Amino acid sequence: MPITDQEIKELEEKAHQVRKDIIDITGWAGGAHVGGALSVVEILVILYFKYLNIEPNNPELENRDRVVLSKGHAGVCHAAILARKGYFDFELLREFNHFKSSFGMHLDSLKVKGVDVSTGSLGHGLPISVGLALGARVQKKSWLTYCVLGDGECNEGSNWEAAMSAHHFKVTNMVTFVDRNKLMIDGPTEEIMGLEPFADKWKAFGWLVREINGHSFQEIAEAIEYARSENSAPVMIIANTVKGKGVDFMENEVKWHYGGLDTDLIEKAKQSIDRMYKG
Amino acid sequence: MREGLTWTVYDADALTLAEVYGEVLCQLGERYLNIVGLSADLAKSTKISKFGDKFPERFFNVGIAEQNMFGIAAGLAKSGLIPFVSTMAAFISMRAAEQVRTDICYQNLNVKIIATHAGTAFGQAGSTHHCTEDLAIMRSFANMTVVVPADGIETGNVVAASVEHPGPVYIRIGRGFEPTFYENADYGFQIGKSVEVKEGADITLICCGITVRQAVEAAKLLQEQDGLSVRVLNMHTIKPLDEDAVLRAIEETRRIITFEDHNIYCGLGSAVADVIAASGKGCAFSKVGIPDCYSLVGYPEDLYSHYKLDTDGIIEKAREVMGKEFEEDEDWEDEI
Ligand SMILES: Cc1ncc(C[n+]2csc(CCOP(=O)(O)OP(=O)(O)O)c2C)c(N)n1
Repeated sequence: MPITDQEIKELEEKAHQVRKDIIDITGWAGGAHVGGALSVVEILVILYFKYLNIEPNNPELENRDRVVLSKGHAGVCHAAILARKGYFDFELLREFNHFKSSFGMHLDSLKVKGVDVSTGSLGHGLPISVGLALGARVQKKSWLTYCVLGDGECNEGSNWEAAMSAHHFKVTNMVTFVDRNKLMIDGPTEEIMGLEPFADKWKAFGWLVREINGHSFQEIAEAIEYARSENSAPVMIIANTVKGKGVDFMENEVKWHYGGLDTDLIEKAKQSIDRMYKG
Repeated sequence: MREGLTWTVYDADALTLAEVYGEVLCQLGERYLNIVGLSADLAKSTKISKFGDKFPERFFNVGIAEQNMFGIAAGLAKSGLIPFVSTMAAFISMRAAEQVRTDICYQNLNVKIIATHAGTAFGQAGSTHHCTEDLAIMRSFANMTVVVPADGIETGNVVAASVEHPGPVYIRIGRGFEPTFYENADYGFQIGKSVEVKEGADITLICCGITVRQAVEAAKLLQEQDGLSVRVLNMHTIKPLDEDAVLRAIEETRRIITFEDHNIYCGLGSAVADVIAASGKGCAFSKVGIPDCYSLVGYPEDLYSHYKLDTDGIIEKAREVMGKEFEEDEDWEDEI
């Protein structure tokens, strides 16, 4: 049993909070990548509130697990979770995107506590993660690297170069997710640049693949436990998700990749999120 | 060449720079059947989708894969077509730098690049999406022409001119929402030839992109408040640089400031400095831009103000340079 019912209940409460935080921050920021932030909530929540070996009051802890949010545009979700985890005061996020703020849309590792790697330009996170994982191995450290990719992001060739090297160097101290919400900016992934057969591609590159429901804490937990125990090859967790998850008018809507919210829409979005957690 | 193009009738204030170029490209697409378009999951944001919607069989959205996109563009150009490629400046000039240099510039291919969200135009997005390095990078690629239009009208002019301008062209624009500067397209736009948008004899402000409009505003106020006669050059083409205009500015005003939404190293300011140094003449000079740092986060207006690229900042810098000393030299002919 990788996860108890009680744990799931607590994580659902966190996810509920974080979804509403994302809506608030999007409002304060004047706009954010809200769709892809909402689809990745469960993945980041379970990492930060169950699995990661971290100390928020000691963000530079040497043996901490590393997180690389390669789809860095989901910074609003990451920032909300870091705040709720206690890295910094949540109220600071009212300044998100504002002049001279430490928080821009894509989080800066030199400005935001708890962010291990500055991302935002797609296709950088997996190579960096392979480097972090190899670094741990060379230095005989036990920490793990967790990497989260977008599915559209996987168009970038650098991911496949990294995939090849992760297999070649037998990188198994790394857990990698793809947030498979099936949408990018200009449209659905399969219309803009087809990824399927997606799992087979990773398999052909020598990876072990788990396909799960990326909104189920149960399934994410099982996949993470599998990835952590597997020592023969790198593991890819393809997390099937819904872009805009929780907000009815955003779900599966391409146009909500990025958007701003006025008070009316903020209210509607939060009501929709509350309904999700009642049902 | 522009005959028949009607972008000036669009309400340029209501259209972003990118939208104007999208419209212009559509018109050009009708006339030039060899124009093809490419983007990398930013067709809508860059507005090249207007061309894509009109000519779907001549448009390729390659997904989020900029290096691949420029390789494909090189192949399309080799096959005899004229690719117009558009995505964010950062992902062209840095991610795909080698493809642009080796596949396109080295082979002197006819690829037109429209780089959006350049400088700090996407200020809130942070440094991954700022691009204050592209002029430096693109200037250093032999065969490349580098143009920074002042507004939507000029963007239309450059895009139209680029079709008949052989070889690679890098057209750098912002995110959109900047107000227009020109009232119409008929001011004699020519690649490589700067435009004196305001006459003046005491000091020259050499500008490109968003700073042109701000500098003209500043020049008017400096005239009123300080009695200064301020020349403003719209140096839209960074390469090849209009050296004659710079030499005239050295000789006739002896004070020059450059303003650009780019690192102060290796962009417009450095290009102008090269000409000043080679002239052998004393000239009070200052470069204004992003002072070799990763820009702050914020809305572009706040950033332009912070980095002295808006009207107030330009006035402040002009006053500073008016107080600078330079070596007087009456015998102009001996050194030029
Ligand atoms: C190298 C690069 N090219 C383009 C972009 C612009 N961009 C930001 S998000 C995005 C779409 C990402 O799609 P996906 O990876 O599927 O993310 P999600 O749908 O989960 O938000 C694009 C093209 C970028 N950030 N980096």
